[in-house]
Amino acid sequence: MKFIIAIIKPFKLDEVREALGALGVAGMTVSEVKGFGRQKGQTEIYRGAEYSTNMLPKVKLEIAASDSLAPQIVETIQQTASTEAIGDGKIFVLDLASATRIRTGETGDTAL
Amino acid sequence: MIRKILCGSAALGASLFTASAAFALEAAAAAAPTVDKGDTAWMMTSTILVLAMILPGLALFYGGLVRSKNMLSVMTQVGAVAALAMLVWVTWGYSMAFGNDYSGAFIQQFVSNFDKVFLHGVSAATTAATFTKGVAIPEYVFVCFQMTFAAITIALVLGSVVERMKFSAVMVFALVWLTIVYFPIAHMVWASSGKFFKMGALDFAGGTVVHINSGVSALVACIMLGKRIGYPKEIMAPHSLTMTGIGTGLLWVGWFGFNAGSALEANGSASLAMINTFVATASAGLVWMLAERLIGHKGSALGFCSGIIAGLVAVTPAAGNSGPFGAIVLGAVASIICFFAVSKLKPMLGYDDALDTFGIHGVGGMIGAIGTAIVYAPVFGGPGDGSVGIGAQLGVQIAAVATTIVWAAVGTAIAIFLAKALTGLRVSEEVEREGLDLGEHGERAYNY
Repeated sequence: MKFIIAIIKPFKLDEVREALGALGVAGMTVSEVKGFGRQKGQTEIYRGAEYSTNMLPKVKLEIAASDSLAPQIVETIQQTASTEAIGDGKIFVLDLASATRIRTGETGDTAL
Repeated sequence: MIRKILCGSAALGASLFTASAAFALEAAAAAAPTVDKGDTAWMMTSTILVLAMILPGLALFYGGLVRSKNMLSVMTQVGAVAALAMLVWVTWGYSMAFGNDYSGAFIQQFVSNFDKVFLHGVSAATTAATFTKGVAIPEYVFVCFQMTFAAITIALVLGSVVERMKFSAVMVFALVWLTIVYFPIAHMVWASSGKFFKMGALDFAGGTVVHINSGVSALVACIMLGKRIGYPKEIMAPHSLTMTGIGTGLLWVGWFGFNAGSALEANGSASLAMINTFVATASAGLVWMLAERLIGHKGSALGFCSGIIAGLVAVTPAAGNSGPFGAIVLGAVASIICFFAVSKLKPMLGYDDALDTFGIHGVGGMIGAIGTAIVYAPVFGGPGDGSVGIGAQLGVQIAAVATTIVWAAVGTAIAIFLAKALTGLRVSEEVEREGLDLGEHGERAYNY
C-alpha cells in the first residue's frame, strides 16, 4: 500500500477530486494548509503598515491506495492540478505499513 | 453656529426666589418658550442615532481592526466606558457642562456650577433653548443628546490604547478624564458663558470637544502607556475588515444624528448639516483611495473606511457652517493630510496609536476646525454673513484648537497617572500575548 500526499492549488481541488473519482479512488482527506516553495508571497498594506506574507494558502490531499492504483493516482493528480506555473505544488508517495477500517476491523487493501 | 443652553425653567427659579404666586405665574408666562413636536421627535431620533454610532458602530469599527484575540476586550471597553459616561453625565457631568454659571467671571468660562447634580431641578416640564428665539426642546432630550456625545468621545480615546490596557485602568481613566477634560471643554464650547463660545469660535457639532479632544488625549495616553509588545515588527493586521466596514457604515449613518442633530431643531440649518455630512464624507472616502494610488499602493477597503471617518471628523465643526462644495474640499483636504499622518508621520515618530485615533480624529479635527473659518465665509459659499473676516475667524479657531490641545494633554496625563497608581495600567506580558479577551474577560470572541 502507498500513502500519497499532494499539495495543490486550492482552485484545482474539485477538478482533481472528480478525476480521482473516475479512477476509482473511494476516499481522501483534504486540509487547508499554508506553506512556501519557489512561489513568492504577497504584500499586505494596512494604513501604510506593510506586512509581507511568504506563506501561501494551498490544499493538502491525503490518499491511501493499493500498490497497483498508486501510480495512476499520482499521474492523474499531476496532470489535473498542473497550470504549468510555479506554485502548482508537489506530490509525495510513502510506503504504508497498515490500514484498518474502524467499523469492521478489516485490514490491508480491503480496508481502503 | 454655536449651540446654546439656557435654563428655560423660569417656573423653577420663580418658585425658589419669590413668595408671590402671581409673580411666578407672570414670569413663567413671559418666558415660556414653544416646544415643537417636530423638533422634539427629531432630537430624540438624533440622540438614538448617536448611540448607534457607539454600539454597535464604533465597537465594530474598532473591534475589526484589532487581532482576533482582543476583539471582545475592545467591544467591552467601548460599551463599558459609554455606559459609565451616561451615569456620570446625569450625576455630575451635565451640571458641570450645562449647569448654572458661577458668579466669578473667570471660572464661569471653564465650567458651570454643581446646582444640577443628580439632575436637580430638571423635569419633564423644563426646557433647553435652541438657536431660534422662543423655541425650545424638552431639557431631558437635551440632557440625553449631550450624554451620547460624552459617551462616544471617551470611547473614541480608547482606540490608541487597545490590546494592552487593563479593563480596570480603562474605567478609572474614563471617570477622571470625563470629569477634568470632557465636561469643561464641552462647557467652553457650547455653554453661553463658555470661553470658546464667547470668543466666537465656530464648532457646529463638536470638532474641538469630540475629535481634537479625543485625538490628542489618545496620543498622550498611548505614549504614556507604551507600545504593544512586538510593535511594529510583528504582524498586527486587522482581524476583520468586514466588521470594520459594517462599523464604518453605522458611524456614517449615526453621524447624521450627530451633525444634523446639533442644529437642535428640524430646520434648514439641520438640512445643511445633512447634505454636508453626505458630500464631505463621500469626497474624503474616495480621496483617501486616490492618495493610496498616488504613492503606489492599491486603493484599499480600509483606506476607503479611513477616508470616510476622516471626512466625517473634518465636517463635524463645519456641518452647518459650510456650503456643500466647501465641505467637499474640506473632506478631501482632511483625507489627504490624515492619510499622511497615519501612514508616514506615525511610523516616523514611532508612537503606537494602535487604531489611529490621533491620526484621524486629532489631525482631521484640527483641519476641520481651522478649515471651518474658511468655508464659513460667504465668498466660498458658506452661510456666514461676512461680518468677521476670514483672518480674524482663523485666529479665533486656532486659539480654540490650541487651548483644547493643551487642556486635553494635561488632563489626560493626570488621568493616566491616577489610573496607573490605582490599577497598574497595563496587563501582564503573558495576558498581552494570550490576548485580553481571555486574560481580562475570560472568554473568546470566536469558538469554531
